[in-house]
Amino acid sequence: MPQPPPRPPYAAQDVLKRARQRLAFVRFGVAMLFTVVLVQLWRLPFEHEGKASSKRVAQRGEVNFAPARANILDRNGQLLATNLVTYSLHADPAQVLDVDEAVRKLTRTLPGLNAKTLRDRLEDPSRRFVWIQRNLTPQQFDAVNRLGLPGFDCKREERRVYPLGRTAAHILGYTDVDTRGVAGIEKGLDAAVRKQREPLYLSVDVRLQHILADELQQRVERFNALGGAGLVFDIQSGEILAMVSLPDFDPNRPDLASNDAKFNRASLGVYEMGSTFKVMNSAIAFDTGVANPDTLVDAINPIKVGRFTIDDYKGKNRMMSVTEVFQHSSNLGSARMAMAFGGEVQQQYLRAFGLLSRQPLEIPEVGEPMLPHPWREVSTMTVSFGHGISVNAVQLTAAVGAAAGNGRLIPPTLLRRERPAESVAVVKPEVALQMRKLLYATVEEGSGTHAAVSGYFIGGKTGSAEKLSDGGYKEKKLLSSFIGVFPVYAPRYAVLAILDEPKGIKETYGYATGGWTAAPVVGGVIERMAPLLGIEPKERTDPEVIAVLGVPKIKEQVGVAGR
Amino acid sequence: MTAFAILRSDTTVIGRWLWTVDKTLLALLLLLMGVGFLLLFAASPAVAEGHGLSPYYFVMKQGILLPIALLILVGTSLLTPKGVRRIACLGLLFTYAALVATLFLAPEIKGATRWVSIAGFTLQASEFAKPTLAVVSAWMFAEWAKNPVFPGRLVALLLYALAAGLIILQPDLGMTIVLSAVWWGQFFLAGMPLLWLIIFIPGVMGAGVLAYTLLPHVKSRMDRFLNPDTGDTYQIDQSLRAIGEGGWFGVGPGEGHIKNALPDAHADFIFAVAVEEFGVIACSLLLLLIVGIFWRGCRHVLKQDNLFIMLAVSGILIQFITQSFINIASTVHLIPTKGMTLPFVSYGGSSLLALAFGMGVVLALTRKGAAERLS
Repeated sequence: MPQPPPRPPYAAQDVLKRARQRLAFVRFGVAMLFTVVLVQLWRLPFEHEGKASSKRVAQRGEVNFAPARANILDRNGQLLATNLVTYSLHADPAQVLDVDEAVRKLTRTLPGLNAKTLRDRLEDPSRRFVWIQRNLTPQQFDAVNRLGLPGFDCKREERRVYPLGRTAAHILGYTDVDTRGVAGIEKGLDAAVRKQREPLYLSVDVRLQHILADELQQRVERFNALGGAGLVFDIQSGEILAMVSLPDFDPNRPDLASNDAKFNRASLGVYEMGSTFKVMNSAIAFDTGVANPDTLVDAINPIKVGRFTIDDYKGKNRMMSVTEVFQHSSNLGSARMAMAFGGEVQQQYLRAFGLLSRQPLEIPEVGEPMLPHPWREVSTMTVSFGHGISVNAVQLTAAVGAAAGNGRLIPPTLLRRERPAESVAVVKPEVALQMRKLLYATVEEGSGTHAAVSGYFIGGKTGSAEKLSDGGYKEKKLLSSFIGVFPVYAPRYAVLAILDEPKGIKETYGYATGGWTAAPVVGGVIERMAPLLGIEPKERTDPEVIAVLGVPKIKEQVGVAGR
Repeated sequence: MTAFAILRSDTTVIGRWLWTVDKTLLALLLLLMGVGFLLLFAASPAVAEGHGLSPYYFVMKQGILLPIALLILVGTSLLTPKGVRRIACLGLLFTYAALVATLFLAPEIKGATRWVSIAGFTLQASEFAKPTLAVVSAWMFAEWAKNPVFPGRLVALLLYALAAGLIILQPDLGMTIVLSAVWWGQFFLAGMPLLWLIIFIPGVMGAGVLAYTLLPHVKSRMDRFLNPDTGDTYQIDQSLRAIGEGGWFGVGPGEGHIKNALPDAHADFIFAVAVEEFGVIACSLLLLLIVGIFWRGCRHVLKQDNLFIMLAVSGILIQFITQSFINIASTVHLIPTKGMTLPFVSYGGSSLLALAFGMGVVLALTRKGAAERLS
């Protein structure tokens, strides 16, 4: 203690008087402090007013509650995912007076309950809270309430429901019982869906989604395929208008779905896509200037590189123009073209096409490409016709869209784009113009004639890749595909269809290739979607068509033959 | 008139006590104890179950302690001022011994050693330091005022420093703060030069800064208070939510949820439980009751002519009101969360018994004629 100061000569009365004054001061201070506490105490309920009161109203079963997750809508406002209020039955075992009675009455009211499991739960002394059944229907809720069993209570919950069932299941994904996103948009945008109050608009158009699923499903069944995948892609905006993977599942009951059904073949699965890669291969050849559509290429003899032999499926064994190489899908010709610009240039372009790395989407199920490693000379040749490289369907579609559209790659999205996205130039616009002619020629009189639709001008490319299994290619097991662009004179949409191991049938003369199995899917989708999107059929002699495709040959003037 | 005369002439201990004790203050105190017990019914079963105890464990324990507390309250209030002084001196000595024992013998609970076990009871010695030190210090200050040769201030300071030192070693910052508020408050009333106050305030701030930099849990609490985004603000979030849920009229007795979410619902956050279940308006009345007890006590002190009584009563009132303020202000997020019991309301045996003793002292010293019996 510091030296006590000499005591001032206060009279006792003075000491008391001062003490009283100071105590009055202290008392005043205390009064002030508690006034502040009181003000804060009265202020807090106001601060929490909005939240708390809306909750209380909701508990009384009235309107105006904040849902746990935002609604998900398609681009036109069609409801795809929303919340339903349900009640979940739980119990406090300690408060259940008569377990026998409870088990008897509950199993009668809720036939789904297992009597033994229920009894075990109610007789577990270590727990004070057990779920009996989640998400009761209003009738069940009412019936359970009427039982009047002590120890049981219902918790108000929200359940995520998908009114359209299987439609767009792989895009939407699903949630667990606690409405946490587990897959698809529900998982990829979980935070946003929880936070925002306004609905989330997807790029998807359910009408197109339905058409694509329907056309694809028909062919999966007809050709007895393992599954299928398809896309409708807006080349100009980058929006995915439809994305289908078959078999699919009902997101309302993901517990019933097999892993195969939940697997998204359209974005998570990566496949050797086969000849559809020739679209990019030709575009590179034109852009680098090593060839033009009329350049002649040697497709006479198989190429031998080490132990590999590259040959054509239905070889013509002659010199071919680049257009013919494309039309008839010659592997030999494509490999020769790739050798002309070389592996370095090939990788550079494919990277710009977005085919060499994972291209993120709003869903977590996005597959990463598998690339040849190292990238040898033979890799350059096989990659030119889509072998030795595996990519997912979305990135393939976006790349073809770039090659046929205006030469610019636009990042694909599953959300409605309110303003144009940044695109990156990959090839010159003139190259894209040449590509349209090639794609059109293929549907007109090449491997893709089964995609043709009267009055609509479709360009496209077939793909039939032998599936790699047990360390070798199996000729009988194909991944057959077709990618179409439409209308080919001014490409707006790219439509992709993939069938996994289709089997040839009598009508296809036993063929299971993309031209016979997948091309009709694309034709069918375009035939049904064009009127919906307000695209009118045109004559071959229409100036807009002629401007891109040139003056028609005589036979074309009667219009393109039926499929 | 005759009846009064007869009563007045009733010279038994109880008869005299009934005539002289401040019955209003006694009633307010009993009311507060009753309200506290009621709130414990609401708050503690959930906590007890959380600890794997039977639901009414804390209620039963407090139920046994309450009659003892009442006995102490009334028993102490029967004492003469001199008796109070003697008991307090003995109690203070005992407290020092217990504080030392706590440091060396006590088990560590939640990172601090605060409880010592005596004859089967666990005792928090620091709770008893507050009222006993207040009485002894008041005596020392008063003696110094009477006779400047007597080094009362120095003795008081040494006693305070010893107690505060032993408590901060536990470490128990909250208790040290209350003890300091009491002692420095008494010193202020006893005539601390105002110049000291000018030095004292920066000193307190300096101590605060020191505590912030040296004690990690103080720093984390401050950081959470000032910037809720930096860390775990679970307790205060729960507390504020409970107040929001409660609103003006509360969700109803037993219907609250915060008690299931807070491990300290029966002690440090009992006020939040009260607001959730009984509402802001009822809890404002509780607040008024607490301030009312303080106010009623102050009224006596302001009329008091005896310096010892004045300082001793003030000290205990300051203790009561400081603890109440820190507890409630924490709960409503005016100050950083500081574990502090709400007098007579929170669960806690030592706290209850020590407070009963303290308030017994207040009642004893404010009895009519108490001052005359001293001089």
